Amino acid sequence: MDILIPVSIISGLGLAFGLGLSYASKVFEVKVDERISKVREMLPGANCGACGYSGCDGLAEAIVNEGVHASKCPVGGIEVVNAISDYMGVDEGSIDVKVARVLCQGTCSNVEQKYDYDGMESCHSANALAGGMNACSYGCLGLGSCKRVCPFDAIVMEEGVARILEDKCTGCGNCVAECPKSIIHLIPVMSGFTVVCSSHDKGAVARKNCKVACISCQKCVRVCPSQAIAMNDNLAVIDPTKCTNCGECEKACPQKCITNSMHRRLD
Amino acid sequence: MKELFAILIGAMFVENFVLSKFLGICPFLGVSKKTSTAVGMSGAVVFVLVLSQAVTWLINEYLLKPYSLEYLQTIAFILTIATLVQFVETVLKKLMPALYKALGVYLPLITTNCAVLGSALIFVERDYTFVESVVFGFAAGLGFTLALILFSGVRERLETADIPESFKGMPITLIAASLVSVAFIGFAGLVLP
Repeated sequence: MDILIPVSIISGLGLAFGLGLSYASKVFEVKVDERISKVREMLPGANCGACGYSGCDGLAEAIVNEGVHASKCPVGGIEVVNAISDYMGVDEGSIDVKVARVLCQGTCSNVEQKYDYDGMESCHSANALAGGMNACSYGCLGLGSCKRVCPFDAIVMEEGVARILEDKCTGCGNCVAECPKSIIHLIPVMSGFTVVCSSHDKGAVARKNCKVACISCQKCVRVCPSQAIAMNDNLAVIDPTKCTNCGECEKACPQKCITNSMHRRLD
Repeated sequence: MKELFAILIGAMFVENFVLSKFLGICPFLGVSKKTSTAVGMSGAVVFVLVLSQAVTWLINEYLLKPYSLEYLQTIAFILTIATLVQFVETVLKKLMPALYKALGVYLPLITTNCAVLGSALIFVERDYTFVESVVFGFAAGLGFTLALILFSGVRERLETADIPESFKGMPITLIAASLVSVAFIGFAGLVLP
């Protein structure tokens, strides 16, 4: 019979605690709109903050309560937007999927070094030392600050230049905000050809600093059949809304600084 | 009053729960990455510790001791702590949603924080009175806070340090933790526990 006392004490405690907790959960009940949790489940759940809200929970709340459109989320792609729009009963709208591209090819063999950098592994810190160790003051510093903020492991460092794996990139824009040189841009994924240089130096200076810099020769501007390329402060820029992906500019560029990212996506 | 003060200083420095007794290492390593989360977590731990010390003391004194059921202490204490944490979570969700969000998953994890169970088992071992055990719990919580905030400062520095590849991440964290722990040996003998 001795066993009954401990058994009843422990089970009595358990019962009392259980009842107390269920009572507390009734008293302190928080009403949650069930649509919020439904929308939250549909979102990618990466909590990258690309939408401008504090993670996916924040966006889900904004979609339900403030009527924000689901295309705010650049990560989920068209499927997620369609699913949420269907659920909320609003127009799907149109989104243009964007990917990040590093507009620089200044690898170790292409660009001269001003000095040996031996500091912290951070582009910001190298940038603070006379604008970095590269002779070209516009180019990629290659210390991987963008790689560290990428929530999707979509950035690799190759020969001192960041490269974006476009099939992994979701266009969240974290790297765009991080890069101290501002050479990562969000570009519509359908636009294959990009001028992969950010140097605003005059032609001769740019050529001296880097073997693959845009030297503002304007050959691409002349050869483009749809007038999609313009010179902006010694640098050719392709307007993705006019570009038809014909590829003439890539053939014309003497510096090989216009590349076709469509090929890269395939290999 | 003198004894209470001795308990307070003793539990905070001399037998610091994290750095001398090695209790509650999991949240110590898990939440010390940023000082802001470390402060939030410590606050929750102090709260739960004080509350659980009071409740477990009453249970031990009026339910377990009269029937000489001391062997049930561990299970009864765990039950109490789990309930308290759950209760704190429910209340926080309603009254302080901002703090609830900031604490996130670490709030339910306090249940398995062995510092909470450890301090409950220690007051039994030392035959503390009700007030003494509550003060002991409070001091243990303060000690936990001290260790967490100190160490989060160390870890924020480690973030930018140039560490050899093989030591990056957890290895250097453990080494740093052991060095901080060695520093706390300096308090030994300050007050007799």
